[in-house]
Amino acid sequence: MHSTMPPSATIPPRSRRPPPSRRAFRTVLPGFGISLAITSLVIVSLVIFPLAVLFLRAASLGPAGFLAAAWTPRARAAYAVSLGASLAAAGMSSLVGLLVAWVLVRLEFPGRRILDALVDVPLALPTAVAGLVYSTLYVEKGWLGQWLVPLGIHGAYSRLGIVLVLVFVSLPFAVRVVQPVIESLDKDTEEAARLLGASRSQTFLRVVLPGILPAVVTGFALALARSLGEYGSVVFISGNMPFKTEIAPVLIVSRLEEFAYAEATAIAVVLLAMSLAMLVVVNVLQQRLVRNSQ
Amino acid sequence: MLTGSRAAPRLPLSSAIALAACGLSILAAAGCSGAKREGGSDAQTTAIELLNVSYDPTRELYRSINEAFADDYQKKHGTVVSIKQSHAASGSQSRAVIDGLEADVVTLATWPDVEAIAKSGLIQPDWQARFDNQSVPYHSVVVFVVRKGNPKRIADWSDLDRDGISIITPNPKTSGNGKYSFLAAWGSVLASGGSTDDARGFVQRLYRRTPVLDTGARAATATFSQKGIGDVHLTFENEAHLEVEESKGELEIIYPARSIRVDPPVAVVDTNVDRKATRHAAEAYLGFLYSVDGKEIIRRHHYRPWFADQQGPPEGFPAIEMFDVEFVAGSWNDAMKNLFGEGGEFDRIYQPAGN
Repeated sequence: MHSTMPPSATIPPRSRRPPPSRRAFRTVLPGFGISLAITSLVIVSLVIFPLAVLFLRAASLGPAGFLAAAWTPRARAAYAVSLGASLAAAGMSSLVGLLVAWVLVRLEFPGRRILDALVDVPLALPTAVAGLVYSTLYVEKGWLGQWLVPLGIHGAYSRLGIVLVLVFVSLPFAVRVVQPVIESLDKDTEEAARLLGASRSQTFLRVVLPGILPAVVTGFALALARSLGEYGSVVFISGNMPFKTEIAPVLIVSRLEEFAYAEATAIAVVLLAMSLAMLVVVNVLQQRLVRNSQ
Repeated sequence: MLTGSRAAPRLPLSSAIALAACGLSILAAAGCSGAKREGGSDAQTTAIELLNVSYDPTRELYRSINEAFADDYQKKHGTVVSIKQSHAASGSQSRAVIDGLEADVVTLATWPDVEAIAKSGLIQPDWQARFDNQSVPYHSVVVFVVRKGNPKRIADWSDLDRDGISIITPNPKTSGNGKYSFLAAWGSVLASGGSTDDARGFVQRLYRRTPVLDTGARAATATFSQKGIGDVHLTFENEAHLEVEESKGELEIIYPARSIRVDPPVAVVDTNVDRKATRHAAEAYLGFLYSVDGKEIIRRHHYRPWFADQQGPPEGFPAIEMFDVEFVAGSWNDAMKNLFGEGGEFDRIYQPAGN
């Protein structure tokens, strides 16, 4: 490489060095080998191995058996309910989460720290409790339902109910991913934008939003993944009516009750594949956003 | 990478706490589904310890049984025995034992749940012959729970067929209670002289007026009693008593003319007791359910104890004409396949037109 460099180069050779190689990392930070080994062990034993068993179980059915178990009209309806409700919930969580994160970081008001701590409550509460409380509130005789049901808004035993509890369980992810990014935003940039003549909305849309959008998308992905697999809260509020409000995890449990393990895992594999596909799409989208914002 | 481009790798303290709490709640939840153990307060080191893996509604019953049995066994054999209980949905308990939960005895809701363990080899195939009455020490029966004063005047199964009557019962695919209610409705038509087609039609109309299909018995109870949904709740007699007591006068029990006899079977888990050397105590424990004292405790908890020379209902229970699962479906295996299996009668209720 040096040989191709013109002798008249004014840049000092040091700065033309390629970025630090892995070898350089190894010398700077100790324990590379051991930490990689532990990481691999954890990932393999906790994630890859169980997933492999899952796929093996499902594969034992053969292609025809797999389709018969995982692609019935009822299963397809359940995937649609699961996916639709999860997308809606992740979308709502992302929007509300962005707002909440913004308020928590940028506004000073009494009780801010308490509100900040409350954001994490849905993570700590057993989700079955959330499902029970929500359905009790929104049924016709419930505190909220007695006003909403006459208006035609059914928050219990409906798809709306599923979305409501999914927003509840997924909101912390949407908030907590965006919050540190907003904290790290440089306020000077916003002021500079204003001084240079940008309107308030221009400042937000052109200067602030591009910086936080990748994090919002990440929050969306986490909320979506969380929602797709949620079972405990949903079964209490959805009513579990086949073709209407039955989610895919309920079908999995139904098959387990028949001791039909392979058939149950087939449905799980489809659910997992959908989840992975969504995450890949979101990741690609996010990388584009990151590139555009830089 | 799933983190935002500028996401600082910093976890707020509050969320760290919440994550820890979340972890704890997951552990607790795992405990609920796996083995929620209780009882056995001061086990001595020399004592025998038994694990009774049971289903949800028997919690109170076995708490009383355990206490009485421990006294009885110590008096007779001088050995201190402490019993731990595990309660969850019957089907998932059965799977837990198959997957290695070290139960000494199982006391489950339905025959298929015990039979599945036998099929896995942990229980000898002749388990039903080990104890009297096909290893069913007590029965129950599916009854109706209605609102105070019975405003919809529901007296028998045919009343459930009226327009506008809404019925609460859990999903038979995920709940033993739900299976029995389905079988009771189906059998009520057969027992009054109807054909299979009549029964199918009745059950289809009934489930079309079932607005919620909870996954478990206790969730269905909450839907009916706490949330005020539905006009009638189908459930076991023992659960109905608890539900009505809890409601403080808001609900009452109605006995239809005939209904299904509920047969919760018990079995010693042979492989486990032989390895742990607890067979003697485990067999005595299940045998105690057939003793005079055991039957009295069973009766107090609103289960119908079994008597060899039984004429009419046990003392304190109303008479009701009963049919069994075999009458309705031939056998439990047939019921599991034809009624509750994939594409069976229950699934067909929800098949959209044209399929």
